[in-house]
Formats: sequence, C-alpha cells, structure tokens
Amino acid sequence: MSETLSQGLRARAEALGQALPPLLAQAEMLAHTVMLGEHGRRRAGLGDEFWQYRPAHQGDAARLIDWRRSARSDAHFVREREWQAAQSVTLWVDPAKSMGFSGAKGRASKADRAQLLALAMAVLLLRGGERVGLAGGLPPRAGRTQLVRLAAELAGSAEAGDYGAPQVEGMVSHGRAVFLSDFMGDLAAVEAVLAKASDRGVLGAAVMVLDPAEEEFPFDGRTIFESMGGALRYETRKAGDLRERYLARLAERKDRLQSLTRAVGWHFSTHHTGQPAQMALLWLYRALEAGR
Amino acid sequence: MFTLGPIGFLNPMLLAALIALPILWLLLRAVPPAPIRRRFPGVALLLGLKDEAAEADKTPWWLLLLRILAVAAAIIGFAGPVLHPEERQAGSGPLLVVLDGGWAEARDWARRMNRAEALVEEAGGAGRTVSVIRLTDRPSEVVFQSAEAWSGRLIGMEPAAWAPSDLEAWAAALPEGDFDTLWLADGLAHPGREALAQALRARGAVTVVESPRPVLALHPAGFRDGKVVLAISRIGGEGGMAVEIAARGPDPAGIDRELARVPVSFEGAATRAEVEMDLPPELRNRVTRFEIPGLRSAGAVSLTDDSLKRRKVAILGSGGDDEGLQLLSPTHYLRQALTPVADLVEGALSEVLVAKPDVIILADVARISGGDQAAMLEWLEAGGLLLRFAGPRMAASDVSRFEEDPLLPVRLREGGRTVGGAMSWGEPKALAPFPEGSPFFGLALPDDVAVKEQVLAQPDPSLAERTIAALDDGTPLVTRKVLGQGQVVLVHVTANAEWSSLPLSGLFVQMLERLAVSTRPAMPEASDLAGQIWVPEEVLDAWGAARNAGEIAGVEGTVLAQALKAGPNPDQPPGLYAGLDRRVALNVIGAETELKPAVWPAGVSVTALEEAAEQSLKGPLLGGALGLLLLDILAALFVAGRLSGWRRGAAALALAGLALGAAPERALAQDEPLPGDDFAIEATSAVVLAHVLTGDDALDEMAEAGLRGLGDRLWQRTSIEPAEPMGVDLEADELGFFPFLYWPVTAEAPTPSAAAYDKLNQFLRTGGMILFDTRDGDVAGFGGATPEGEALQRIALGLDIPALEQIPQDHVLTRTFYLLQEFPGRWQEGALWVEAAPADAALEEGMPFRNLNDGVTPVVIGGNDWASAWATDAAGVPMLPVGRGFTGERQREIAYRFGINLIMHVLTGNYKSDQVHVPALLERLGQ
Repeated sequence: MSETLSQGLRARAEALGQALPPLLAQAEMLAHTVMLGEHGRRRAGLGDEFWQYRPAHQGDAARLIDWRRSARSDAHFVREREWQAAQSVTLWVDPAKSMGFSGAKGRASKADRAQLLALAMAVLLLRGGERVGLAGGLPPRAGRTQLVRLAAELAGSAEAGDYGAPQVEGMVSHGRAVFLSDFMGDLAAVEAVLAKASDRGVLGAAVMVLDPAEEEFPFDGRTIFESMGGALRYETRKAGDLRERYLARLAERKDRLQSLTRAVGWHFSTHHTGQPAQMALLWLYRALEAGR
Repeated sequence: MFTLGPIGFLNPMLLAALIALPILWLLLRAVPPAPIRRRFPGVALLLGLKDEAAEADKTPWWLLLLRILAVAAAIIGFAGPVLHPEERQAGSGPLLVVLDGGWAEARDWARRMNRAEALVEEAGGAGRTVSVIRLTDRPSEVVFQSAEAWSGRLIGMEPAAWAPSDLEAWAAALPEGDFDTLWLADGLAHPGREALAQALRARGAVTVVESPRPVLALHPAGFRDGKVVLAISRIGGEGGMAVEIAARGPDPAGIDRELARVPVSFEGAATRAEVEMDLPPELRNRVTRFEIPGLRSAGAVSLTDDSLKRRKVAILGSGGDDEGLQLLSPTHYLRQALTPVADLVEGALSEVLVAKPDVIILADVARISGGDQAAMLEWLEAGGLLLRFAGPRMAASDVSRFEEDPLLPVRLREGGRTVGGAMSWGEPKALAPFPEGSPFFGLALPDDVAVKEQVLAQPDPSLAERTIAALDDGTPLVTRKVLGQGQVVLVHVTANAEWSSLPLSGLFVQMLERLAVSTRPAMPEASDLAGQIWVPEEVLDAWGAARNAGEIAGVEGTVLAQALKAGPNPDQPPGLYAGLDRRVALNVIGAETELKPAVWPAGVSVTALEEAAEQSLKGPLLGGALGLLLLDILAALFVAGRLSGWRRGAAALALAGLALGAAPERALAQDEPLPGDDFAIEATSAVVLAHVLTGDDALDEMAEAGLRGLGDRLWQRTSIEPAEPMGVDLEADELGFFPFLYWPVTAEAPTPSAAAYDKLNQFLRTGGMILFDTRDGDVAGFGGATPEGEALQRIALGLDIPALEQIPQDHVLTRTFYLLQEFPGRWQEGALWVEAAPADAALEEGMPFRNLNDGVTPVVIGGNDWASAWATDAAGVPMLPVGRGFTGERQREIAYRFGINLIMHVLTGNYKSDQVHVPALLERLGQ
C-alpha cells in the first residue's frame, strides 16, 4: 500500500522535477539577456555597491567616513551606498484552460509563454533583491529558493474553468502586481480586481498574452467553435465572414482593458506567442521600473 | 463487341451502371460537407454573431458535377472502351494465320507482325490452336500448335525478298479438317493465289487483311537515246502521286552515297510512270543501285549490273601511220573522246574480236580481210556496233563501189568531194539539224562545225532511211545500217580534223556517246548466261538492304536466266551475280514484271489493315477518374474551408502536377531533345575522361575520383583541360565521344554483349584508347594467374586488339610529356603492356629512338591500380595512401606523370615520336 503511494508520489515528483528545470533554465536565460542588455551592471545591489562620495555633513557618524578618499583631500567624504527598499511583487498567471491554446503545431501555448514570462520576471526581480510572490498562493519572499517555489507553484497551477479571473489575495499593499492572462473571460471581474488593487495602492502591469491565431482568425468554411473546456459552443457555416466582426470585438476588448488599466495607473500591453518572449519581458521590466 | 462510333466496349453491360448516376446526384446533393470542430478560446467573442449569407446546406453544383464525372469515367473505364477496335475473330477450332511474307509486305511488316501477334495471343486466350505460315517459304506441313509455342517464333519472322510463288503447292500441303484462316496479304496477284484461297475456303472461314497503302515497284533501268530510263509501277493509290528515284553508288572516295535523284509522278489513274535520268557517264558508270528513297522494300530497289557500265571499245586505225604527227593521227581524237568513258582495246582486228568489244571503231580502214570480215559479221549479228570513219584511204579505194560492202552502210562514189578548199568553189558545209528518229536527235548544233571534204554515198533507194545525219545541202554525213542485232555506222569524214572540224567540237563527243551507249542489250539472253556458274556477290533482303552473299552457293546460268524471267525465288535471292566476265543483277522486279491487284474468290471477306492501331482507353479513363477524385478531395477541402495557407499552395501544386500528368506526352515530344542528347552534349562540350562502369559502386567511385584527380593535374600542368569524368555504361552509352576509357577489371566483371563489343571495336579502330587496370599489381605480375587477369582475358577475347608487348624503353609513352621509365600506380611492380612495335622497326643512325608504329596504341594493360593513386576527393586531397612517407608521395607523383603522359599520348598521338625528326627537318630547311 505504502509502496504504491510512495511510487505515485515519486513519479509525480519526478515529472515535476523534469518540468521545472527547463522552465527555470529558460527563464534564467531570458532574464540574463535583459541583465546583459540595456541595464547592464549599472544597477546597484541592495546597499552593497558603491554609489557616490559626498562631503560629510554634520551628523554623519564617524564610521561612515571613507578615510581612504578623505586622505587624498582636505575635506571628509562619506562613501554612500545605494539604498533601496525591497518591493513586494505579486504575479498572477492565468491558470484557466483557455490559456492552453496554441494555434499552430510547434508553437508554445499561451500558458507556457505566460509562465515563462512570469518566472523570468521573478528571476530578474529576485536578483534585484525584490520579494516575489504569487497571487492567491505563495506570499512574497526574497531569495533564490523562492524561485524554485514559484516554479513549482506555477507548474502545478491548473484550473478547471474555461476562463480565469485575477485574484487579489496575497497582494501586498503598496506593492506591485503583474497580471498575465489572455483576458478572454468576463471583464467585470478584471475591473473589480483592478479597483481593489488600486484601493490598496498596488501598481502594476497587465499583459494580454494572445496566440497569433486569435489575432488573425484564419478560419473559413463550416465550423463549430468550442471553448477549450467545451463549455461554450458556436457553429457557423462560413467562418470567413465572421473575421471582420471578430477582429472588431477583439480590438474593442483591448481598448477597454487599456482604459481600465490606465484609470488605475497600471500599464497594459499585448503579447503574441508568435513573437519572442524577450520583448515582452523588456516591456514588463520597464513598466515595473517606471512605477518605482 | 458493342461499338459506338470509333469506340468499342469490351464489357458493354457495365455501361448500364450509368443509369445510377442521376440517383447518385440526388444522394450527393442532399449531403452537405461535414463541419470542422475547432477548439478556440476566442469563441467568447463570437457568441451572438450571426452568419451573413443564409446559404443552403447543400453541396455546390460544380462539386457534384466533378464527382459525377469521376464516377462516370470510372464506369466507362471499367466497361473496357477501345478506340479503333479490331474486328475480333469469333469462332473456335484451329486458326491458320497466313502471311504472304514477300517484298511487298516489308514496308509495313512491323504492323503486320503486331497484328499477327495479337491474333495469336487472342486465339491462345480462347484456347485455340494456331499455325502461322509464310507463303514465301517452301511448302511444308502445316502444324497447329498452342499460341505460346508460336508467339516466340513470330518475333523472329522476317519477310523474304521475293514474291510468293508456289501457292498451289501450299494448297496441296494444307491439312485436313476444319480451321479458320486469316490471311495478311500484300494486295498483289500471285500465281495460284486463287487456288489457295479456294482451298482455304473449303476448310473454314477466310478473312483477308490487306494494307490500303499503295505498293510501289521500281523496274530495272533501261536505255533510251543514251539516257537512263526508269519505270515505276504501282498498285493501289488513285490519282496523281509523286515519288522520287535516287541513284546510289560509290563516290570517288569509295563511300556509298546518293549520286542523283529525279522526281517521277503518276498521272491520274496510271499504274506505270517513266522518267529519264540524264547522268554523265562518269556518274552512270558508278551507279550500283536505283531506289525509291524512304521506301524500305526490295521492290523499291533495282540493282544495276554491267549494262550500265563502261563500254569496251576497240579502235583500229590504218596501219603504217605511226610516223605521222600525233595530232594528225586518225585515232587521236577518238582516244581523247573515249578514254574517260570507255575501256579501250588495242590490237589487230583478229585479236580484238576475241575480246568481244562492244564497239569497234575503224578510222579510215578501207579493206578488211575475208576471215576477219566473217568474224566481224558474226560479231555484228550478235549485237556489236561497228563505227567507221572515212578518210583518204577509203576515198582512194574502190570498196563498196559497185555493190554494197557488208561492213559499210552505203555504196560510195568514187573520189568523194571537196568543198570550200583552195582549188574549189563554195563554202565549207555546215550540218543540218538531226532528223527525228536519228540517235543524235536533240543534240545542239554548234555553228563552227564545217565539212570541207567527204566521201559521197551513191544515191540508193535505202539511202534516205539509212542517213542519220546530213549536211545542210542534204548530203549524208552519217549513215547507218542494221545488221542482225548490231549495226554499222559510217561517218563520211575523217576522225581527225583533216576533212572537217567535227572532231574538234563537243558535238563529236556527244555523238560518240549516243552511239556507244546504245549498244548493249539491258537484258542478257539465256544463252549468254548458260554454261557458267553465277556466284551471288551481294543479295538483297526484303527491306532492300544489300548484304554480302557470303555462303550462298552459285547457280547454273540457265537457272539464273529462268529466275531473271520469272523473278527471284528462295534459291535465287535477288542480288548481284557474277560470272566470268560480267555481272548480272537479279532484281525483284523485272523489266516486264506487271503488278496486278489480288483477286479474291467469292466468300472471302477482305478488310483493310487498320491505319489506326487499336488503342485501349481503359487506362486513360480510369486515370482520369482517379484525377477527378483527387480534385474532389481538394475541392471538398476548399468548400469545408480547410484549405488555407500552405495547403492552398500545395493544392495548386497538386493541380498543376495533375494537369501535367494528364497532358498527352506527344504534345511535348516536338521540341524534346532526343534521349541521350544530354549525355552527348555533356560528353562533347569538353575533353571528358571516361571510365567503364563495372557495377561495383565502390570501384566506380574510385575510378571517377581517380580520373578527377588526374584531370586536376592535367588542368594544372598542361593545356588539356578536361571536364568532370563520366561513367560509361558499355551497353547503353555511345563511346565515340570519348578519347580515353579507364576500365578497372574485376574478377566477376560481366562479359560485354555483342553490341557492346561492336561499339568497343569501333571505338578502338577510330583512335580511342582503353586503359585496362586489373588492380592486382600487389599480388601478381601481369598474367593469367589472378582472377582479375583471367577476367581480363575473357573480356579481351572479343576485342580487336593487336599483338602486345611489354612497353619498350623507347615507346613514345615514355616521353609524351614527362620522361618516364616506370609507370607505378598504387603498386609499382606490375608490368605495362602496349601494342607491339612492328618487326621491322629499327634504330636509325643518330636517332635516340626507333621509328615505331604510327599512331596510338589502342590498349594499355597493367595492374598497378592507377585510379587509386590518382584519386582525390572534392577538396583535392588524396584519398588513399601510396607507399610510405616521402617515397610514397614520390610514387604518387610518378603515377600522375604516367597519367599525364598517357592522356597526352591519346590526344597527340605520335607527335613526340615525330619530334625526333625535327633536327633533320631544320637541317633540310638550311637553318
């Protein structure tokens, strides 16, 4: 009995262990490109790195004076280090079934891309000393071990619903939040969550992850469309005729999300799984940085 | 069989299924294409949208049409449609297929054989026994056998070059019992045909198949007024028809080619047409055959024999004139005129007569002794032509004065006359136009021919008819008398320019030609042939191609004379028969042969050999049905909207492919290069070294790499710039494009076929070289010891290879580019064998080398595995190691040098050999 249990546990653990490292490695790699890129080494660490020398004021403790620098001139100098308070960033990755969609063979699903973005963001933030958590589960914490926990949590999160709604639980007041979803579900839920977040002084960014097929609607002929869970059905005789109207509705939804996020001081962007993840990561990083 | 216009159906019952098509239409119409199910998150955005067009859920009409067409094509295809169906031979029991098998069938023999094969096959399918007989064979027992036994034999059947003759005997040889007959006839009447047809009719149904194409026959050439007259007969084909007749013979270089060609046309319904061919004697003497170009049949070929050849002419002058000047010699102009066109015989009259000349010319000879006269009269009776010229002696003598000399055509008046001379009145006389009926009729008269003196004929009642040329005052100038088969002609002036300027003019030559040419009877008499054995020199096959008679035995003269009259037969095939002193052509068509259309007795059904062959439409129709169904797949995908993106491209491609596949192949054939053109162009656009494909892939690759490596070295070091080497399949490829073949020999190499040997020998004879490499230099010196050596001996057995010797020290191969004394490849022990030097080659004084054989050794044989030493990969790096270290590299270098020398030798021949003469040449030039 116990043998079978442990066997099942072990199998699951192994499966998890197999899934995690690639995702993590991918995320680390993605994050690394950002670090090496525009930001480079200019980013100071948390109070460890040298920032500037300034003349000592009254009130500066004597131990703060940098004697080596002061000895080269008459005045006293204080070696200032960059000081930065750690932020709490809450990530929410839509776990709904609709995210499992992929419009073409060989293209990653939306969920994959969203998780990758989230994890890469986490890598960047954790490296910068921030605390990162997951909405509705993992409370924000710092340190590399948090990365492993995040990865495990992301891999394990799968919801039964067709479309997901963002969660406010676990969001720290005056912290930051990142929403990664296709936002195909009810927009009212999104609006409500954004309102709550704004109440708590949370700023952040929302990224709409879409498959290129959802942007282009390359369908034609007699078709029955079903949602990923099968809850919604729609039948048409000429799918091609619907394209215009579908695209109009999609654009309308994007506009609405844009205006909703702007109203609460958030950033909004659309990301396609057909594009490289790096662009989205860069945008996300800038969006969080700008709010700081 | 159920036929519909030109199309017949094998299984017409299946066509009933076409009735089901409308039902299918209704069924298909009701079923719309199935929808696709798609998972799509964006469905949330679609909810509430309505379809714009309220399209009925029905299959589009064109898709329906496509499917109906596909089904219809399949049904019709399975019903076995046949274009131009042949009438099937219904019936049971044995089937006798009769082939005329004569020359008249050679023209479309292949089609007849196809028909016969189809009949035999079909009879075999129906379980009938078959017999095939060829009427040109000697009658033999008719044995009915299974169709399988016959189908193999049919392929080897060939038409004979003569016409069937022994039909009655065939009728007698027919077996008892009932059988049906199908007679593939040539459309000509042959003796006994009706009797055989009756006999066959008595055994069962007889169907005759005749070709509607006309049969043409060329009669032997004859002479009329010095021109060659050719006649053509035809059977079938009404209305005007133009054909050409070509004269073929060796040109001055001895190569057989067309010498002349004349068009001839049949007027209206005429069955015989004649044409005159005016050939210069030089050409005429060379003609070996007349033929109708483009018609492959023995009946369209007429071989020529001695009747077209040079005359034998004896010229006798009056004796004792040798002291005179040559230009005054009475025979000088005759010799000048006749030497190019005739064989001249000299000697005394009695000696000349023994040689049986065609023509005897007597220039100013008055009297002939009694014995000679009798012999000459006999000769004249047999067809000789005696041409006499007058002169002072004849004028002075009283020959034929009071009564007519048998050897002169007229009586002569005493003395003759002189006009326009210093001592006489009047102008020299010119010639009157030649009267009709004269052999000279039609010759143009030059104005500068004048007659000053002549002998005069006594006016006789017969003088007018004997005159064939006269002066403008009516005096006879040339008279003629017929004697038996021969004739006597007297020219009333001298044969030199003493009495007239006639011998100086071109007219003289033309007159001689007209007279001399019309001597020999075209048809030899039986008595001429009797008493000799006539050996065939060359014989014609049914297609009119001449081949060496070889082993065919000679025939007795009387038999040949009979064959000449009745036409050739199996024992006397058409061809050229040589006797003691002349050759006689036995042609399929004689001068009097008359073509008559075949007459068939009542009750025999006659059909035409179809021009259009039976063609089954089953394949194309089923293929079309399949194509339509494939189209239907694409169309269905399109209707269902599953045809998007790359699929559309793929579909377009598939459509294009389908269209290409459906296009008839012959539409492309016009501008298609012939198969093998690519190979020829590739092989001839540059110098290409070639290797023989052995069938061993690794070996072939090594040979190619070796030649590539050698080619690179040649390119770098010499002015030879070879292209990529090519592999040559001895059986399939043309060898004539290559100067050099590398032939690696394996132990299990197959022996080439006879055709391949022909090509190889031709290649060797025309200057090609083969390097045989047994690649066994490591294990054996050259010899029969190794398996490769034995294979080489087996292969070389069929090759035209001269005597060989081990390469001598002074062979030109040792110095064509590099100075070499050894010829290593990957091994270096093996000996090298080349064509042996002639036995009389000797070392000349002061020369470093012997003056060896002229030309390139056709084969070089060795076992040093040169290709492996030469082989480089694409980057130019040697592929196999040679020897050890630096010594090995040196050996490889020498191997390359050997290769360069070899190719130089192939391409420049004995040029280097000739170089030894340069000092001598320079010395002679005084440099």
